[in-house]
Amino acid sequence: MLAIVGTVPDQKFPLTTGKVSLKDDKICIKEKRIHVNRGTPALLAAAVKTGEALGQLEVFGYLIGDIGLGEGSRKLYEYLAKNLGRSEFSAITFHYLQPDVNWHNRVLSAIKEMAKQPVLIADAGFMYAAKMSGHAAAYDLFTPDTGELAFLADETAPHPFYTRGFILQDEKRVPDLIKRAYAHKNASRFLLVKGKKDYLSDRNGIKATVDSPACEAMEAMGGTGDTLTGIAAALIESGMEISKAAIVAAKANRLAGYYARPTPATQVIEIIRQIPGALEEILQEKITGKATTK
Amino acid sequence: MSFFEFLKPKKEKKAQESDKDRGILVFEHTSEVIRAENVLKASGWKIRVMGPPPEIQSGCDLVIEFPLIEELNIVRTLQKVGASPLEIVPVSSPLLRPVDLFQIKDFNQYLMVRAANMKLTVEKKTLDIVNISGGGCPDVPYLAQEMVGKSLSKAPSPNEIGHTLCGYALQLAYEEMTRRCLP
Repeated sequence: MLAIVGTVPDQKFPLTTGKVSLKDDKICIKEKRIHVNRGTPALLAAAVKTGEALGQLEVFGYLIGDIGLGEGSRKLYEYLAKNLGRSEFSAITFHYLQPDVNWHNRVLSAIKEMAKQPVLIADAGFMYAAKMSGHAAAYDLFTPDTGELAFLADETAPHPFYTRGFILQDEKRVPDLIKRAYAHKNASRFLLVKGKKDYLSDRNGIKATVDSPACEAMEAMGGTGDTLTGIAAALIESGMEISKAAIVAAKANRLAGYYARPTPATQVIEIIRQIPGALEEILQEKITGKATTK
Repeated sequence: MSFFEFLKPKKEKKAQESDKDRGILVFEHTSEVIRAENVLKASGWKIRVMGPPPEIQSGCDLVIEFPLIEELNIVRTLQKVGASPLEIVPVSSPLLRPVDLFQIKDFNQYLMVRAANMKLTVEKKTLDIVNISGGGCPDVPYLAQEMVGKSLSKAPSPNEIGHTLCGYALQLAYEEMTRRCLP
């Protein structure tokens, strides 16, 4: 089963674990309902929609409320450190958690106790902690945007806010930044870099790029990176090879965006609704965009 | 335990803990360090007073180490009691400075400002905030929830309700957007 770990923007939301579904555009976990806006709920919604398209693949959530104070994240870290070692997930995606290197390391130690090692995917705050910990290589897939890639490429930066100026967050510099991130061991086994052009790479270099269909407005929309990570995670859980899943996810996310006809004011739920159709089209190779595979 | 064993440096469990996600607050006078320490400890933060690293050329001979991610919240707490630091730097590399470049994108009907990893978009005609994207700290979805759909002049600022470095970056984008759009 696929596990997704993250936070919701409600300080009173208690630590909740359980199977996740999507009803009336809301995430359902136990008896709770969460509005899908951006962040982990958007990732969960995309994973659930992808799972439905693939034949009712199940998604398990670990959620807690955190508005940036870190209290919720630390409670969740503690719970994971105590309990993940006995779990049997085949893939785990870590998302919006307050970056904390020491708690990250305890969670990673718990994962090492699992009987069978899951595929590990990280994005957002947990990816920041994974990079800072020096254990980025323990992960199978990171899904940074170009700003976050610059942070991965800067071996001294503790957060994207402190990335050195000469490491420009420039789309043209993405191949160099990928090389630099791997050279300093701050990248996962595969990197899926989200941007004007999406890049899939490993330590040997860029394996594929996806640049169409292109919807410029998606850059302004909150949650489009979260949906990409959610689709990729669900495809990986379905048994698809990581590199193939990343490319299919990049294409499907773009196509879902294209079908949503977005403006910079569009909210991410509009794209999530288009995922099943877009995914079906991509999997049937009726894609309008092309992937350049090297 | 023998006498010689007693002399050996103790390997504390804490030695395994990383300081890569910590920052340093620099103050002009030691009295300010003590005041800030009291305020932050009373508020429940995990901080410690220490000597400054050699790269830091300003301030007194004591600094406070703190969780860097929570910079915005900690600075706000200190500002409220008039104990603002002289300088804030990351432990991992004290010479690092925050990203200060803005990227502006004009979508005709909308304007987007990007600061570091955070993007803020407003509709030009109404000056309503229509989207917030980027970032990875848990206050980003919260900030979006509280700000999107409100006008730039009436929405709460990230400085008021944000807590992390992502919130700090969004504040810079918000200030730049305000400078460009509001009289």
